Amino acid sequence: MLSIKNLHASIEGTEILRGINLEVKAGEVHAIMGPNGSGKSTLASVLAGREEYEVTDGEVIFKGKNLLDLAPEVRAREGVFLAFQYPVEIPGVSSTNFLRTAVNQVREYRGLEALDAVKFLTLMKEKMKLVEIDQKLLSRSLNEGFSGGEKKRNEIFQMAMLDPTLSILDETDSGLDIDALRIVSNGVNQLKSDKNATIVVTHYQRLLDYIVPDYVHVLFKGRIVKSGTKDLALELEEKGYDWIKEEVDSAATV
Amino acid sequence: MSKDNSILEEFTSKEYEHGWSVNFEADEAPIGLNEGIIQWISAKKEEPKWLLEWRLKAFRIWLTMTEPEWANVNYPKINLQGLRYYSAPKQKKSAKNLDEIDPELIAIYERLGISLNEQKRLEGIAVDAVLDSVSVATTFRGTLSKLGIVFCSFSEAVKEHPDLVKKYLGSVVPMTDNYYAALNSAVFSDGSFCYIPKGVRCPMELSTYFRINAANTGQFERTLIVAEDESYVSYLEGCTAPQRDENQLHAAVVEIYAGAHAEVKYSTVQNWFPGDKNGKGGIYNFVTKRGICAGDYAKISWTQVETGSAVTWKYPSCILKGDHSIGEFYSVAVTNNYQQADTGTKMIHIGKNTKSRIVSKGISAGKSQNSYRGQVQVMKRADNARNFSQCDSLLMGDRCGAHTFPYIDINNASAKVEHEATTSKIGEDQIFYCNQRGIATEDAVALIVNGYAKEVLNQLPMEFAVEAQKLLALTLEGSVG
Repeated sequence: MLSIKNLHASIEGTEILRGINLEVKAGEVHAIMGPNGSGKSTLASVLAGREEYEVTDGEVIFKGKNLLDLAPEVRAREGVFLAFQYPVEIPGVSSTNFLRTAVNQVREYRGLEALDAVKFLTLMKEKMKLVEIDQKLLSRSLNEGFSGGEKKRNEIFQMAMLDPTLSILDETDSGLDIDALRIVSNGVNQLKSDKNATIVVTHYQRLLDYIVPDYVHVLFKGRIVKSGTKDLALELEEKGYDWIKEEVDSAATV
Repeated sequence: MSKDNSILEEFTSKEYEHGWSVNFEADEAPIGLNEGIIQWISAKKEEPKWLLEWRLKAFRIWLTMTEPEWANVNYPKINLQGLRYYSAPKQKKSAKNLDEIDPELIAIYERLGISLNEQKRLEGIAVDAVLDSVSVATTFRGTLSKLGIVFCSFSEAVKEHPDLVKKYLGSVVPMTDNYYAALNSAVFSDGSFCYIPKGVRCPMELSTYFRINAANTGQFERTLIVAEDESYVSYLEGCTAPQRDENQLHAAVVEIYAGAHAEVKYSTVQNWFPGDKNGKGGIYNFVTKRGICAGDYAKISWTQVETGSAVTWKYPSCILKGDHSIGEFYSVAVTNNYQQADTGTKMIHIGKNTKSRIVSKGISAGKSQNSYRGQVQVMKRADNARNFSQCDSLLMGDRCGAHTFPYIDINNASAKVEHEATTSKIGEDQIFYCNQRGIATEDAVALIVNGYAKEVLNQLPMEFAVEAQKLLALTLEGSVG
């Protein structure tokens, strides 16, 4: 589904990603871990098409298409979803109104009829249960005055509404208490199928107790330096990142 | 940054939708301005002598005045002697009812989406259609007159209700008020007149649709709304003009009188031709609008959505004379390309326990300049006056300007005046967030801007609010990308 080859990206002349290779197949969950500043969020942003990042080399093929050629909104309509680490506030625009615009633009692209108000609300009600989100929250301005947990829940709710093929969760666990973490993870797990895939970007192993990955990759200095199963995440939890840093550095000096 | 700018480029390239004009035979005054022209206009309209005298007095006062230069706008001096002060479509005979109106004129309004056919009208809106210098049709007059409501063109009001006109004309905006108000008083050609008798709640929205068609012609209309004690009326005003290379002057005066416990809501969606992308042409919109809450517990509420005009100079104001009276001003002013707007309000608290509320949302894009200018004045005897002002500016791109000029003049220690102001930029983050959910950039901007202006748009009557939302998106189309 997703094939990343030798991806290099920089921002304002500083290279952040230095040759990422990653294959993601339908039905898989991949976790990307790594210390601060290793390029985890950059990878998520580049995949979603944020324009501050300049891709200097490499390719990304998503469902047979060259993802890097597509505008951000087209990537979204093709099924790439990014759950933001810091969702923005849009004053005066209710979540409901926002999502209706989004859902219908995505449907139009996919050759589906626009949902009328009734059908849209029915869909919303169904998906609201997944993340135990309150309708009152959805009639408020998008993310304005939402707590950290509410924002993240709203991200996963939007994910449920947009039915993506590839979901990228960027530090979705940050700022969540244990209950919110459980609710958000439940939502993500229920949305999993053999047709879609998930990339979980996280610092901590904690989230991976709930969203169990098939593969864990460690990103360091813009490269994937180690890949393994969920046991790797446990090992990292126990030992921290230093031993990986040392491994990489000693390899570099050899 | 580069993204913001390219978004802006794209958004600023939208063409003006109502830029067409129609050729028809017109009855025109000679070009120029002097006492003879004023006599000509007055004679054309078969006006009583007192009105001619009133006009001439205004003209003589105007001669002694100078053009105001304090506004934060820049435009070449207007050659007022080079303008035509009266242009009216020639009608074969004077129309007594809607069926007799020249179909060609009706077609102009149809094209603007304004049906003058009462059967086809949305229920609940009566229209007075003003083309260049005259009113061509007023709908639903029969229905309204049964309630004692007068809704007609200003010219007819002069003929049929001279006492009312004489009593209120110039009572809120005196001819000496300012340069453009004096000019308007001298040469005004038509406009709408509306009278709501005591205790009557007007059952439908009243609206005037102004259209400038002729070239080299100024439009100087006058609107007078009188709401007697305990009455209610909601009034809407819309405007468009053809796309021409030269600038055209629109200098209107609107006066509102509200008696005790009366309420007047006045909404404007101003979409005069703003000039082209390079700042060529467009309407100079120099308008004086003022209402007086003459009686206790009166309420006047101005709502404006200003998207058009090359230069706007406009401050719909409230004189809060009655005790417990309320004044409100809700404004969204959008400027794009080379447009300039200097707009705001004046709230003058005279009575006790008077309240005013100002919500101003400026949106600047392209190379435009957008200023809010507002005055809150609390007089000596205005005990417990309250004012709340919220002035927000939204910038799109880095070549436009937003300015706020609040004036606060308090002469009573019990007054409570609050002023809040914010300036924000439409964020790349916000647009990216929308994009990431599959929303195209233009729709994202429309969504964000409409959200920003929501508090004001919510004040508009439903049909107008939808129109206004579309208009906001259209005005800004091409300004982000």
